[in-house]
Amino acid sequence: MVSEEQLTKIRDTIARFPQKRSAVLPVLHLVQEELGWLSPQAQDYVAELLGLPPIKVHEVASFYTLFNKKPVGRYHLQVCTNIACMLRNSGEILQAIQKKLGIKPGETTADQRFSVSTVECLAACGGAPAMQVNSDYVENLSTERLTAYLAELP
Amino acid sequence: MAEQIRIISKNFEVPNAETIDVFIERGGYEGLKKALRLTVEEVVEVVKASGLRGRGGAGFPTGVKWSFMPKEPKKPHYLCCNADEGEPGTFKDRKIIETDPHSLIEGIIIGAYAIRSKLAFVYVRGEFGLGYRRLSAALEEARARGFVGQNLDGTGHDIDIILYRGAGAYICGEETALMESLEGKRGYPRPKPPFPAGYGVYGCPTTVNNVETLCTVPHIIKHGADWYRSMGTKASPGTTLFGVSGHVNRPGLYELPLGTPLREIIYEHAGGVPGGRKIKGVIPGGSSTPILTAEMLDTPMDHDGLRTVSSLFGTGAIIVMDETTDIVAVTRRIAEFYHHESCGQCTPCREGSGWIPQILRRIEAGQGRMEDLDLLLSICANMEGRTICPFGDAAAWPIRYNISRFRADFEERIRRGSGLPDPGPVPGVLGGRRADLIPVQVSA
Ligand SMILES: Cc1cc2nc3c(=O)[nH]c(=O)nc-3n(C[C@H](O)[C@H](O)[C@H](O)COP(=O)(O)O)c2cc1C
Ligand code: FES
Repeated sequence: MVSEEQLTKIRDTIARFPQKRSAVLPVLHLVQEELGWLSPQAQDYVAELLGLPPIKVHEVASFYTLFNKKPVGRYHLQVCTNIACMLRNSGEILQAIQKKLGIKPGETTADQRFSVSTVECLAACGGAPAMQVNSDYVENLSTERLTAYLAELP
Repeated sequence: MAEQIRIISKNFEVPNAETIDVFIERGGYEGLKKALRLTVEEVVEVVKASGLRGRGGAGFPTGVKWSFMPKEPKKPHYLCCNADEGEPGTFKDRKIIETDPHSLIEGIIIGAYAIRSKLAFVYVRGEFGLGYRRLSAALEEARARGFVGQNLDGTGHDIDIILYRGAGAYICGEETALMESLEGKRGYPRPKPPFPAGYGVYGCPTTVNNVETLCTVPHIIKHGADWYRSMGTKASPGTTLFGVSGHVNRPGLYELPLGTPLREIIYEHAGGVPGGRKIKGVIPGGSSTPILTAEMLDTPMDHDGLRTVSSLFGTGAIIVMDETTDIVAVTRRIAEFYHHESCGQCTPCREGSGWIPQILRRIEAGQGRMEDLDLLLSICANMEGRTICPFGDAAAWPIRYNISRFRADFEERIRRGSGLPDPGPVPGVLGGRRADLIPVQVSA
């Protein structure tokens, strides 16, 4: 299901922990890194790699929000709407994104390029309003900065 | 005006401070070298004497916590560094990890040594992509120089560090949920007792310490307890990173002695409120800590000072709200956070944290009833102290205090209605809401 290279990383990761089950989260991360999301089949595959009953992996995948249970676009815009960002107009940023991309939080554009979510405090409150795009942070957002940022994405 | 002090933050503005050469050039790893040549008891004693209190939220004395660990290990001991930083308003640990990862590694090794642990975990918040990369790179550098791994700095001690990525769950910052997560499970907090020092990760003695706490330790080892006590207050010595956000001209991190008055932090360091507007309220230590009113701005920012105004020091995360702020909307947003993040294990928290934002949305939309305010307070009372972990309290307090300290705002909204459209629930998140997931219990 994953490349040989990723499989090597997975095996190294499993070997690192005093108990194998600890590797559930790290291996889910590694599989998602390559596949983009964790389908039920991908979760079963992780269970098999770890020699665990599938439910032990499903219950973990469903609990944590960073594990995508649906496919996401190439760029996943995760806009913080918690209070420090709210006080500095994250609402406007979210509106601007929705207008620009024509999708609402929880949705993906038809060309699979963008997904939008609202998220909780990103620990970037000093740079509010903030968003995370895949694993990168974009801080001190304004609608102008947002437009420029989106235009520059490859 | 007290100048900013640069101890924990001394490398924040230094280019390439995340690399080992720059770090060492600026005095890095000297604390570690010194600590490894002291006995375990001596290290614990200095940290105890310094009065350092944990920066993760509860403010527990660090040296005392370390002294709870067994003196003669029968099982492996573990140190967990809590780098899950998720308390709304808090953004200090991420800065440390990204700009000064070696200072954390140095603190972790000393902490592990002090509790007789040979393996430490760093539970890094899943969102911190850059931080994780920086820490991984720093770990490799430190290993190559003999500061991590075997025969540390030629002293014969072995301590290793494993990085662990979280995956998006505020509750995993709670220490027992963190340990469950580290074991590859859902982040369901464990009942206490047993306490982590007796039964922690894999059922072994464990200590959990916050990032900033551990980063402070090397400086204490290097300069001594008296030096540390020369700053701050008697009960809360030293300096801390205050994170100021919201309606201020210069949001950011300010390293200052504990006990610095809130007014000074906001007006002299963070540049005051835009447009010269007045302050309506301030959350002093992250979203769980009771809100302060404008009359309380002279409160000294330390654990005792905040007690005198019935609040808490928390994480030193100061969120400033000016006079234009809609307290009803802020309260609703805080309530939505706790609803989203409740792990769903305890009924009072799972259900209560859902009812609260529902009622608040109704009030915000101008369809509230006066009885709603007492209903909200009674839901809070039914959550407080009735859950496995302190999350239930953390979810209830901001609601209770926002209502009791700004009741007139809520009553006004209820009386006049708002004419505003119903804001509806927070728009969908791709992950879904944790508490709506039915807990699955299957034994292996
Ligand atoms: C709901 C909840 C969330 C928490 N989140 C964090 C966190 O993100 N980071 C942290 O260091 N401590 C957090 N804590 C506090 C930890 O349980 C623990 O007290 C702390 O990590 C101990 O470190 P310290 O003694 O150095 O402060 C949280 C506590 C609760 C109840
Ligand atoms: S509130 Fe948005 S990053 Fe903290």
